[in-house]
Amino acid sequence: MSFFTEANARTAAEVIARYPRPRSAVIPLLHLAQEQEGWVTRDAMVEIAELTGATPAEVLGTGSFYEMFRFHPVGRYVVNVCTNISCQLLGGEELLHHVEESLEVHAGGTTADGMFTVEEVECVAACTEAPCFTVNYRYFHRADPDTFDAVVDDLRAGRSPLARGAQGDDGNLPAHGTLGRLRQHIPDDRRAGVVPPEQADQEPVWLRTAPSTTSAADA
Amino acid sequence: MPEPTIVHPDGMGYIPHAAGFVANEGPKLVSGRFPYEDSYTLECALATGAYTGLRAALGRTPADVHTEVRDATLLGRGGAGFPAGVKWGFCPEDVWPRYLVVNGDESEPGTYKDRLLMERDPHQLIEGCLIACYALGLSQCFLYVRGEMALAQERLAVALNDAYEAGYVGRNICDTDFSVDITLHWGAGAYIVGEETALIESLEGNRGMPRLKPPYFPAAIGLYGRPTIVNNVETLANLPWILEHGAIAYRGYGSEASPGTRLFAVSGHVVRPGVYEVEQGVTTYRDLIYGPNFCRGIREGNELKAFIPGGASAPWFFEEQLDLSLEARDIGAAGSMLGSGAIVVMDHTTDVVKACLRIVRFFARESCGKCSPCREGTSWEEKILERILDGHGRPSDLDLLLDIGDNISPGPYPVAAHGAAGLDAVPFPPLQTTICPLGPSSVAPITSALRRFRSEFEARITRHEGIPVRSAPVVDGDPA
Ligand SMILES: Cc1cc2nc3c(=O)[nH]c(=O)nc-3n(C[C@H](O)[C@H](O)[C@H](O)COP(=O)(O)O)c2cc1C
Ligand code: SF4
Ligand code: FES
Repeated sequence: MSFFTEANARTAAEVIARYPRPRSAVIPLLHLAQEQEGWVTRDAMVEIAELTGATPAEVLGTGSFYEMFRFHPVGRYVVNVCTNISCQLLGGEELLHHVEESLEVHAGGTTADGMFTVEEVECVAACTEAPCFTVNYRYFHRADPDTFDAVVDDLRAGRSPLARGAQGDDGNLPAHGTLGRLRQHIPDDRRAGVVPPEQADQEPVWLRTAPSTTSAADA
Repeated sequence: MPEPTIVHPDGMGYIPHAAGFVANEGPKLVSGRFPYEDSYTLECALATGAYTGLRAALGRTPADVHTEVRDATLLGRGGAGFPAGVKWGFCPEDVWPRYLVVNGDESEPGTYKDRLLMERDPHQLIEGCLIACYALGLSQCFLYVRGEMALAQERLAVALNDAYEAGYVGRNICDTDFSVDITLHWGAGAYIVGEETALIESLEGNRGMPRLKPPYFPAAIGLYGRPTIVNNVETLANLPWILEHGAIAYRGYGSEASPGTRLFAVSGHVVRPGVYEVEQGVTTYRDLIYGPNFCRGIREGNELKAFIPGGASAPWFFEEQLDLSLEARDIGAAGSMLGSGAIVVMDHTTDVVKACLRIVRFFARESCGKCSPCREGTSWEEKILERILDGHGRPSDLDLLLDIGDNISPGPYPVAAHGAAGLDAVPFPPLQTTICPLGPSSVAPITSALRRFRSEFEARITRHEGIPVRSAPVVDGDPA
């Protein structure tokens, strides 16, 4: 029994082919596994180990270093509230407090209905837009308790809250685990060629020939 | 060329689709495309001159392109401010392949610019990567984006797909012999991965822990043990402009030692917080915080208490440092750093003990644990500050904090001058007993805040009311 779905197995193979060494694909594949299940299961780690030439323990060793990977189920929506310095100065802690009170769950916990997991997080690079929070890594800037309540109402009603000013893509907020949904895809006829470092030990050709093709470059 | 869709709904100069970016007066070398609503598409990018710098580069020899960048004195925008052209020269000759790793892990508290550059103008970044690869013979590029930035990941994925399709990335770029693959990669949440050797470890599929130095630059030994150039997103985003207009034009902006512009994120208690493209060297902190073209002063007419001049790792500045210009060298001599271009402004209502604890807690949480002065020291700093804030502090705690700091970073720690108290500045950088500068960074808020506001810490420690006494003996759960 394989862990990845057929489509995800194809994506995994494509991801691995983008690296000179398969081990480099451990983190991208952990993301793919989390996208499939919402969290990282044991089966996922065993399969990722096989695909990347690592041991399952090494996959867990790497994965457990990074806070985005979850090794237990979490809510469908992970709410990250920033309380770092710029947000703290403008009410980030009060916002977190409101989130905890209104969802009746402490930071780190998940609501009983499995809808929301709340986290207090470090700076998410939106400091001029403080205070801010993210839902499944989609940003809500200059937020106050009302913004948050409206987002929760939307999600509970099955509407996407991205229309409320989050930085969105197609306006739909995916379940936890899905990050960028549009993936990189390198067409075979455009690929320069990814090989292990041992097989690329020559000076690249353009260092010797350039700019003999000046006219083409000007075209 | 299509007109940019600048909208000023609130008269503040913000652009709705580029959150926080302020289209103020001044040269726009890297943010020029931001006001276009569809700036991230290949169509808009090409209509506004994208890949012109790449074509200019391809018409010259790689060595020539390297020289142009060296002459421009393009200072690294990731934190250390090392000139890119010089760093590029550290690759050993005749060791192949060489790699480029783009540092898009932006997570220094206060810092917000790389995310904008990736979301708003992915083609400018891709073009910058290509120019670097061409100049140095780098055969593959890894674009390491912070894991939490879903939109940036999407924008870059689409931009790369389009650029591959259009012949700007991949095999025989623009019909030349130049071929390079760009691999989009993203992290999974760890501040320390922004440190360049930790970034490489992470890219190799490992826990993101910094490597022992030397070598001091991964240009010597980097990804898969091969020469690797690590550059910040903003650093690379400057390359298209430099190649299109030349080093001399670039040096026409900013100062002699720090040419060009930088994106500064000004956050906290100002009237108009935002991300501004600012000429380096010639602009002062006072201009930025109070200038009508920039942040327009402290909110509600409040007084300035302190400001962090270069990200959470930087020692704090105060009123008397306001007239320093954004010049790395001068700021270093004055006891802090320009760092990642992040300015955090605190007005007189700020509780400095709380602010100090919050920053220290960040470093304690993000310490990778590889070396003990940082792993143990940062968590003790946090515990002690926490008990002071909770009213359980001991009179000896303030000296204890400084002592722990001294174990992480020996000697006088960099700090700003305090004229009124007759105290001089201690210049940057700090010494370290640790593998990387994360540990020493945790000392910055402590020494900065204690030197200026010791009485605020003491007030927390000195009790004014009686200590409550437990009224009944503990019976439940008695281990005996
Ligand atoms: C703890 C720590 C965190 C860092 N985080 C980042 C970061 O998020 N982004 C970045 O570009 N550089 C970061 N740096 C600096 C990098 O190590 C490196 O100097 C930089 O990416 C080099 O690029 P530049 O020369 O173009 O600035 C960090 C350094 C340290 C010590
Ligand atoms: S100083 Fe801290 S973060 Fe840096 S290597 Fe040591 S333990 Fe890790
Ligand atoms: S401090 Fe909250 S986003 Fe930076």
